[in-house]
Amino acid sequence: MSNSEKKIYMSNKIKFTIDGKECVAEEGMDLWKAAKENKIFIPYLCHMKDVIPAGSCRICTVKVNGRPVASCTTPVTKEMDGATIENITPDLEEMRRMIVDLLFVEGNHFCPSCEKSGNCELQAMGYRYQMMVPQFPFSFPLREVDATTPKIYLERNRCIQCKKCIRSIKDNEGKSYFAFYKRGHKLEIHIDHELAAKMSDELAQKAMDICPVGAILRKEKGFDTPIGKRKFDKEPIGTEFTK
Amino acid sequence: MANIENFSKEIAAKYGKNPSRLMDILLDVQNEFKHIPSEAVNILSKELKLSKVDIEQTMSFYHFFTCKPTGKYTVYLNNSAVACMMGREEIAKVFEKEAGCKFGEVTSDGLIGLHDTACNGMNDQEPAAIINGTVFTSLTSQKVKDLVTAFKSGKNVAELVKNYGDGANTEMKSEVKNNIRKKGAVLFSEYKNGNALKKLIRFSPEQIINEVKNSNIRGRGGAGFPTGLKWEFCSKNKGEKYVICNADEGEPGTFKDRVLLTEIPATLFEGMTIAGYAIGSHQGILYLRHEYAYMKTRLEMVLENLRKSNLLGKNIAGKNGFDFDIRIQFGAGAYVCGEESALIESAEGKRGEPRNRPPFPVEKGYLNQPTTINNVETLCSVVRIIENGADWYKKLGTEKSTGTKALSISGDCKYPGIYEIEWGMTIKEMLEMCGAENVQAVQVAGPSGICISPSMFDRKIANEDLPSGGSMIVIGQQRNLLKDVVLNFMNFFIDESCGSCVPCRALTPVLKNKLTNLINGNGCKQDIDEMLKLARTMKALNRCGLGQTAANPILTTIENFREKYEALAKEPSADGVYHFDLKASVKESCDVVKREVKIHA
Repeated sequence: MSNSEKKIYMSNKIKFTIDGKECVAEEGMDLWKAAKENKIFIPYLCHMKDVIPAGSCRICTVKVNGRPVASCTTPVTKEMDGATIENITPDLEEMRRMIVDLLFVEGNHFCPSCEKSGNCELQAMGYRYQMMVPQFPFSFPLREVDATTPKIYLERNRCIQCKKCIRSIKDNEGKSYFAFYKRGHKLEIHIDHELAAKMSDELAQKAMDICPVGAILRKEKGFDTPIGKRKFDKEPIGTEFTK
Repeated sequence: MANIENFSKEIAAKYGKNPSRLMDILLDVQNEFKHIPSEAVNILSKELKLSKVDIEQTMSFYHFFTCKPTGKYTVYLNNSAVACMMGREEIAKVFEKEAGCKFGEVTSDGLIGLHDTACNGMNDQEPAAIINGTVFTSLTSQKVKDLVTAFKSGKNVAELVKNYGDGANTEMKSEVKNNIRKKGAVLFSEYKNGNALKKLIRFSPEQIINEVKNSNIRGRGGAGFPTGLKWEFCSKNKGEKYVICNADEGEPGTFKDRVLLTEIPATLFEGMTIAGYAIGSHQGILYLRHEYAYMKTRLEMVLENLRKSNLLGKNIAGKNGFDFDIRIQFGAGAYVCGEESALIESAEGKRGEPRNRPPFPVEKGYLNQPTTINNVETLCSVVRIIENGADWYKKLGTEKSTGTKALSISGDCKYPGIYEIEWGMTIKEMLEMCGAENVQAVQVAGPSGICISPSMFDRKIANEDLPSGGSMIVIGQQRNLLKDVVLNFMNFFIDESCGSCVPCRALTPVLKNKLTNLINGNGCKQDIDEMLKLARTMKALNRCGLGQTAANPILTTIENFREKYEALAKEPSADGVYHFDLKASVKESCDVVKREVKIHA
């Protein structure tokens, strides 16, 4: 073992470059978070703080020594030491834009009338990729809105199936309020009516806040932040990462 | 019919109110009521201490679980590409006419339900249907008419089987035929069950793993991972380990596991026991696709006989502490569950969504314990490796692909069926062997594999050249490759995507629509290149093998049959622009409202 190798082994710190920038990260940490700690923004939609990554949106795909992987579900390993990682490159950005396009055309998104407009991560991604019109034809699916629970309603037209609500909104026993029904392009989000009847205001608010789009909305709330003061009115998505 | 409340409670109790046995519980409820009533879901949620959505998310994932009754006589007719080649559409029409309802419907009296299903593992004897769990093969118009008449007079489906198939199919009172066309040295040669186990106990688990490693056998499910290495990884991890046999055989065109499960189930179970010994596991699970439920009684009998002859259970073959037993876990209709981590999720009673890896199953598999998952054919082959030694095995096949491979050959050939070949055979030799003439293309390794043209028929079936999990579909000159085959495969992948990853869920339909446009004469040359580019991104962006290969039908046919796409593409007008024919486009809607087509320039 050479001296430099020994040093890395001792501290469990792994060194690699992302788009040429030298980065250091702890072994075992997911690559997305490792990039964040190195002030690098890897675009994403489904990653959540303190929740096991799902790897479902695939927007955070990067190339490690040329091999594409979802950065949120890829741990930093010893083998990654010295690796060249690509993040903001033309082909990866093109693929990301394609995913954003797909999310727009597979649902029904009417930004101007949406409560989440200006705070919506999908919309912010659309701006990031300077999307004027999607490259694919709209599919205009028929999706039902579920407004039968007391605190929130599910606006499925806007759901991007990111699983954030399923993964994080749970009761004290660990039972999930939300779940997917069906599969493939028929996938749809559902809420447990029995649990939802007893949902606290705080949890309802959390559910709305973690939803990256306007699919989970608190009843009697909405449009309460004036235009100009909404999250993405101030700066584009991802800006805070690089400060 | 049983009382829903009592039945649900009994079933929950039968499986120890264990939520991880949800699949078995739902299967019992579905079998009893021909659907899963919402009352049953309510009761089960209380009994299993799950939320209602927890149960319904699993239930709604699988093809064979339904919330509406599927009919007293539930017909699932295969709609795979080969079934369609063999006359599936005509048979479907006869079913519809005789039963009085369309596919996707149930007759108003609830007597007969007609449903589509993906490849049911009978490609060598299509058209085939599964009716209340019983398989009916080589369907003809007359046979369908007789079946429907029998339904109307209330006959028991099992009694409608007229002629039993060969081999052990007779024991199962099934009309399925084995169609074993070529027997090789490993799978279909004479073997006395127990020989390998008796030899096994003289060696240590490490020695067994080394022998398997030394044989260079690779997984036979399609991914081709070295089996010995997988066992070694698993053996080094600590925990209550599991051996799972993947018998989900869902790749359209594959049916070799069906025949192995029919003819040499005891060998398979012996292989699982060997794996248990090698990795240090006491529990095995055979994850069996629901389409093969007709084998259940016999497989359980085989297990019971093995226990009686001390080849399963406690102190196997007289070796103290060598304990191993096997249970059968059924799937419920989901191709993606053939992916090992999705299979584990499913076996745990959840939606069959592939997991993120790492951790790999050898580290955290079933119930988060170290688990080795092997294909049926792999485990059967291992038995012979232990019996005869790695050196004997390595003499078969090629240097990089040792041993034999069971091919399931179907489509446009004289002798569809099972062929146990040595790796290294060329496609040309294979086509001669199965009596195929005027071949347009061969679909190697099923829809997720590649479609090759005659110029490539000199290539070899081997891991180093054309790898295959066993599905070989011969496509004759008379077929419309894009419409009859590629479009069918794309529909299959759209139906079978779990939906987790955006590209697999949303891009596959986009690709299919582009193909449909091209087939309908509404595509242009640029579409071909765009499809190619999009199809390539699927490989890079999706998590599991299904998503990564879902665009392969389009990708590999553009690569190998580009001229067929170009022939369909519209030419631009003399000015280089693709003009849009407004008149033709609105004609249909104008016809409906009986209005003359008038275009104002």
